[in-house]
Amino acid sequence: MAMLLDIASWILLTLGGFAVLVGGIGTLRMPDLYTRMHAASVTDSVGAILVISGIMLQAGLSLATIKLGLILLFLLLTSPTASNALAAAALVAGTRPGARQRDDGSA
Amino acid sequence: MAEQRAEFMYYAVTLATLVTMGLAVVRAILGPTLYDRVLAMNMFGTKTVLLLAVVAFLFGRPDFLDLVLTYALINFIGVFAVLEFFRIRAARRQDSGEAGR
Amino acid sequence: MTVLFGIFLLTLLLITAVAIVRARNLFVAVMLMGIASLLIAASFLLLDAADVALTEAAVGAGVSTVLFLSALSITSERERASSSRPLISLAVVTAAALIVIYSTFDKPRFGDPEAPVHSHVSPWYIEKTEEYMEIPNMVTAVLGSFRGYDTLGEVFVVLVAGIGVLFLLSGGPGFDSGKSPPPWAKAGLRHYLIPRVAGRLLIPFILLLGLYIQFHGEYGPGGGFQAGAIIAAAVILYALLEGEQNALKVLPRPVLIGLMAGGAILYGAVGVLGILMGGNFLDYSVLAADSVKGQQRGILLIEAGVGMTVTGVLLSIFHSFAARRR
Repeated sequence: MAMLLDIASWILLTLGGFAVLVGGIGTLRMPDLYTRMHAASVTDSVGAILVISGIMLQAGLSLATIKLGLILLFLLLTSPTASNALAAAALVAGTRPGARQRDDGSA
Repeated sequence: MAEQRAEFMYYAVTLATLVTMGLAVVRAILGPTLYDRVLAMNMFGTKTVLLLAVVAFLFGRPDFLDLVLTYALINFIGVFAVLEFFRIRAARRQDSGEAGR
Repeated sequence: MTVLFGIFLLTLLLITAVAIVRARNLFVAVMLMGIASLLIAASFLLLDAADVALTEAAVGAGVSTVLFLSALSITSERERASSSRPLISLAVVTAAALIVIYSTFDKPRFGDPEAPVHSHVSPWYIEKTEEYMEIPNMVTAVLGSFRGYDTLGEVFVVLVAGIGVLFLLSGGPGFDSGKSPPPWAKAGLRHYLIPRVAGRLLIPFILLLGLYIQFHGEYGPGGGFQAGAIIAAAVILYALLEGEQNALKVLPRPVLIGLMAGGAILYGAVGVLGILMGGNFLDYSVLAADSVKGQQRGILLIEAGVGMTVTGVLLSIFHSFAARRR
């Protein structure tokens, strides 16, 4: 049983690490803001779910697991909201999806 | 044996998170628009949450999770402030545009 | 391996710091400061300093970005070209850096058990915390009781800084002198449905976390400074969502000023109470019949004072920026 739990958390952590890495590369390589937000949200949602549930399996039934569950719950509430607020801010200021990017001129 | 395997996995996830944090810093510095930088900061925050959660278990110190909980709960406020900042700027531009007409 | 992680984080921090200095657009600098704060908190945690990391998290994530952006919205976004002589500054900075680097040669190696910091008073604190106070978090014991004078000083520094900012920001041209603000200033993010709904849902949890950090400081990382910043962040979130005016209805200015001064006064009063009950200033042992109980009660009271002052100061600063923006 312990072996099974171990293997399950192993798989979850590996996939989570992979998702985080893929999202990071996507954030760097995608062509414009809105596509980059897609890539970033991969790390925020899938990555967070996989990594934290992987750790939860390792922690077993304890206060730490409850805290991890809360962390996951709050992350799943806050990070899409933050993405929404960011997209709204970009729209308010006039950035359109697919438009050519303006450089803000800072180096 | 099982303990060691778990520890190895923690190291692997930590490494993946750290590399992604590095990529986010690159995105924050390259820009090119302001919003890319906000995106990078926000993503960096989530990555910090994951990194610190894994590190808490790597060190065997579950009380570190209070810090992670704090980040998970309040890190998004900055992005709301960004939205408010641009909303006020847009409203002001509109105000001065109407006054000029 | 952990050392490698630490070095990686510090390298990222160095890169970010250089980028902050080079950024001409101040908005970009604010975003990079946010990243720097996260990096610093992570580095603190890798060094096992959970209390300090929590402080950095509470201030850096919740409050400082908001305050920086408030400041930006009453000034220009672009940094003016500096008129100072770059060569002289470079010489001064290089000289200072060389002195600092030279002084590090005398320092003990990282983690050396023989280092003065580990062999001087620390063993005494570690030994006596359990005996005098029976609380597991030694940081709170040192901060609240053994070095209570230092913390009292810090609270007054926070109070004086808050008063200074209020003096700088109120009055003068651009200050809101009773004229009604334009409609867009009142609205907040009320028209953005998703942020509003999710944000309102989270405010009670943030407040709860603040109270937990406040009263759990004796058992885990936390205490008045961190809790004050978290509670201030919750109110700031409310102000962003519902408009700053409505947040002022919840916690009006006189209440905020009262919190600022009241916290510092509470801290001082606990000290004086110690004298009145036959002990020394800030000696909590006499506050109850049992000296351990007295210590615990004293720490609880002064932490409450710290939390009140920090909340009051941060919120006052936030509101005075908002008052200038109109």
